[in-house]
Amino acid sequence: MSLLRFSEFTCWRSDEALFEPVDFTLESGDIVQVVGPNGAGKTTLLRCLCGLYNDYRGDIIWMDASWRSQFYEFSQHLLYLGHNTGVKKSLTAAENLSWYLGVQEGSAALSRVEGALAEVGLESYVDTPCQELSAGQLRRVALARLYATERKLWVLDEPFTAIDIAGVAELEHHLQNHVAQGGTVLLTTHQALAIRQVKSLTLVPCSQELSLES
Amino acid sequence: MSLESFSLSYALSASLKREFLLAARQKSELFNPLLFFLVVVIFVPLGITPDKVFLAKLAPGMIWVFALLATLLSLESLFKADYEDGSLEQMLVSPLSLVWVIGVKVFCHWLLTGVPLTLLAPVLGIMLFLPADAYLGLMVSLLIGTACLSLIGAIGAALTVSLRRGGLVLSLIVMPLYVPILIFGADTVNSVAQGLPYLFSLLILCVFFFLALIGAPFASAGALRISVTA
Repeated sequence: MSLLRFSEFTCWRSDEALFEPVDFTLESGDIVQVVGPNGAGKTTLLRCLCGLYNDYRGDIIWMDASWRSQFYEFSQHLLYLGHNTGVKKSLTAAENLSWYLGVQEGSAALSRVEGALAEVGLESYVDTPCQELSAGQLRRVALARLYATERKLWVLDEPFTAIDIAGVAELEHHLQNHVAQGGTVLLTTHQALAIRQVKSLTLVPCSQELSLES
Repeated sequence: MSLESFSLSYALSASLKREFLLAARQKSELFNPLLFFLVVVIFVPLGITPDKVFLAKLAPGMIWVFALLATLLSLESLFKADYEDGSLEQMLVSPLSLVWVIGVKVFCHWLLTGVPLTLLAPVLGIMLFLPADAYLGLMVSLLIGTACLSLIGAIGAALTVSLRRGGLVLSLIVMPLYVPILIFGADTVNSVAQGLPYLFSLLILCVFFFLALIGAPFASAGALRISVTA
């Protein structure tokens, strides 16, 4: 059974389609990379899937119904990591993650805070205010969510930004572990992935002439 | 993989804890409105007249107007930082309803702006020779009034959060809604000071509070959703 099915789906901006409508199916165990030139609408597609953008045509089918009609249930399986990760600079790494887990998961996940921060290589920065961390370390604070939660569908927008080579390899390894356990990953990145079984969802920008004709 | 461990009370306490931690680490935002309130009221006798009788007449209205402006000053930052660093997106995606998120934020805003303003008001009352009987009325009306101001202000802050310079628009949206609160709030204090019946104004203020409590979180949630998804 397919997990998510994009059917004739496209996002619109200022009365124009951003990309040609896509038909695409995501199964459990897929890593899907959204591919397309700058401005093709990769971020908009991910935001739209996460309920953060509303101007779309077509539909996304989740569990045999439109995902918007059951968004609350859908969002319980969703982990979204955007360009802006929502890490507060005046809080420590542990405080940031604790808040995230408290709001997203509940108190049971709280015991995983230190373990998750250790997984991303921040074990000695647990109680360091995030304004003292580097850009890569800040990104790692956000990525620690991938180790602390048990969401099925990961939607990651440029997760490798500012991450060093060793970190990228670890993250790729973690993505593979996730899909091996039946999870699904939808991501954008301009980096060449070392993962072999990546599927790609290609967005073709709508040509100006075409939208003028229609 | 469902969220069996998710609990509303825990999510709320986590949000509250975060707000307090953020406030404790950014003290300047906490003290700005208070300092504004204090400085402006100190300037009034210097700029207008040190005359006791005249100032006593002005005091209730003055204190109320400046409390309102001080609140307005602190509104712009209510959702701004969370919008800019992506926290707001995470809140929208989370199972915690946006209405609760806003409820927590507004409660903290009132607790960290409205309540300190209320506590500071009697000190300013002394400077402006406010009649001794009026202090209780001043504090009660401000306590309820500032809660209204925070609730209604959240709607304006939510509508303007995505604008780069939203301060002016925010004032234009919120000011007309603040007018009735100012009128009945100041009237309560004036009536108490002159020994007139004040209960009516105070009750109207309470009605505004309950209306805002019911309506404002939902209106703000809608406005915030529009601001983020546009």
